[in-house]
Amino acid sequence: MFEISLGHYLTLGAMIFTIGIIGIFLNRKNIIVVLMSIELILLAVNINLVSFSIFMNDLVGQIFTLFILTVAAAEAAIGLAIIVVYFRNSGTIRIEEIHKLKG
Amino acid sequence: MINNINLIFPEIFISIFLMILLILGVFKKKSSSIIYNLSVLSLIILLALILNLPQNTTENLFNKSYVIDHLSIYMKLIMIASGIFVMLTSSKYLKIIKIYQIEYPVLLLSSILGMMIMVSSNDLIVFYMGLELQSLALYVLASFNRDNILSSESGLKYFILSALSSGILLYGCSLVYGFSGSTNFYLISENIEQIDYGVVFGMVFILTGLAFKISAVPFHMWAPDVYEGSPTSVTLFFSILPKIAALSVFIRFLYVPFINLFDQWQTIIIFLSIASMIFGAVAAIGQKNLKRLIAYSSIGHMGYALAGLSTGSNYGIQSSIIYISIYLIMNLALFSCLFMLRVQNKYYENIEDLSGISKNNPILSLTFLIVLFSLAGIPPLAGFFAKFYIFMAVIEQSMYSLAIIGLLSTVISAFYYLRIIKIIYFDSERFKYDKDHDLGLKLTLAASTLFLIFYFIYPNILTELINKINLIS
Repeated sequence: MFEISLGHYLTLGAMIFTIGIIGIFLNRKNIIVVLMSIELILLAVNINLVSFSIFMNDLVGQIFTLFILTVAAAEAAIGLAIIVVYFRNSGTIRIEEIHKLKG
Repeated sequence: MINNINLIFPEIFISIFLMILLILGVFKKKSSSIIYNLSVLSLIILLALILNLPQNTTENLFNKSYVIDHLSIYMKLIMIASGIFVMLTSSKYLKIIKIYQIEYPVLLLSSILGMMIMVSSNDLIVFYMGLELQSLALYVLASFNRDNILSSESGLKYFILSALSSGILLYGCSLVYGFSGSTNFYLISENIEQIDYGVVFGMVFILTGLAFKISAVPFHMWAPDVYEGSPTSVTLFFSILPKIAALSVFIRFLYVPFINLFDQWQTIIIFLSIASMIFGAVAAIGQKNLKRLIAYSSIGHMGYALAGLSTGSNYGIQSSIIYISIYLIMNLALFSCLFMLRVQNKYYENIEDLSGISKNNPILSLTFLIVLFSLAGIPPLAGFFAKFYIFMAVIEQSMYSLAIIGLLSTVISAFYYLRIIKIIYFDSERFKYDKDHDLGLKLTLAASTLFLIFYFIYPNILTELINKINLIS
């Protein structure tokens, strides 16, 4: 019988984390996708923490996960608010057009 | 455990005061001025409360997840003192660009609360909560001037890159937790005895996230844009307080949980330090905007502070702390000068706008001269001593190449500081700046400039305070 070990969970976490990072850097279209990628990174961390916590029989990891979920929600709220403010000023949220500041 | 709860009384005080200020702001009409003054007052009370803590012990609270020691007390003191000065200098600026609202001081206070928690944290969870409280408030502050496209763009950029760095840092935290079996810093350092690749990976991720926060090269790309776009008062805040907090967290991470991985992290810190020093010196040369130039120069200054950390000795840590203390005073003075570049409700922030101000504003241009000389590290001024301590610590550990690169980049960076002085004194006059400034701004500028000039008479004033910080026993 095939058994799922800690390594499998960690690989899943690492894959989701990498998808999140690549999503931020390769994405050329829309800032909402960046927000989703950040959310993916945080979820990868949660997978890591919960699997460590279960395999070590230690509750701290799951508590940490709850904190991260709460903070991620607050962060998404603030991020969306900033995006709305930006959209009101510039009329676009395309990433190529965010270039007023450079040098 | 609960009997020494009085040790976190400053944090409890500021969090309750914050909520009172918010309620007051909701129920009282036109209360922005009252709330601004009340929050300055609360910071002064906070300073007194922290000075009142027992100074000579290391106390742990809440199952050793929160620590009050010399490092955290000193860092909190300089953070809050500079917070007071930041608020004193920027009130008129806020009124003129019409962001003098109740939320501004409240956000400032809550980010200060987050930084205090960060500085004292001795556990990954507590550290993360402090970090997020700090950065959530800073995202909003960066885009506070919300009808201005530059401000909202800088807020957007800061949000994305800072959230990314928090994510990377958290991934590192999860690896460290998994491979060392605990989130407490003491337990982590006990559990890493032989080198485990999981922990080393986690450490590298954590250092990456922290390097984002203090904008060390190669994770500096957000700093110039955010500094240029946000309102100048927020830029002043950005260039001082989060850096102090992140540097002290850097010290705590390197010398408490990861002290057994010294050989692994030393090369990383040396690389960050050299890259920041060189990049900060070279990239600032072509800049036209003063705030952008300050961003690059602060990247360079962070490189010197990191050089002190890379030594692995108590003297190195102390020299970095002295460096960051003097750096914050120089930045306060420089930004106070920037706030004085005003002609009838319009602020100027380009380098050409400075040309020839020595004819009309001799005192302002003299202070500019002193501050820029100090930033460049010209001998009798405080900035020289800051660099001197760092180089002494580095040479003491016989890391000669790091010292030589540091000296060379000091020489390169002297070029763009001296170019500004040349523009001030020898170019033709452009604007006649107003001379009616409010008392807080004048006071801050005078105090910080006098400190920079007269530091050399009695340098022990800082070193005696800092000599008590001994993390390595």
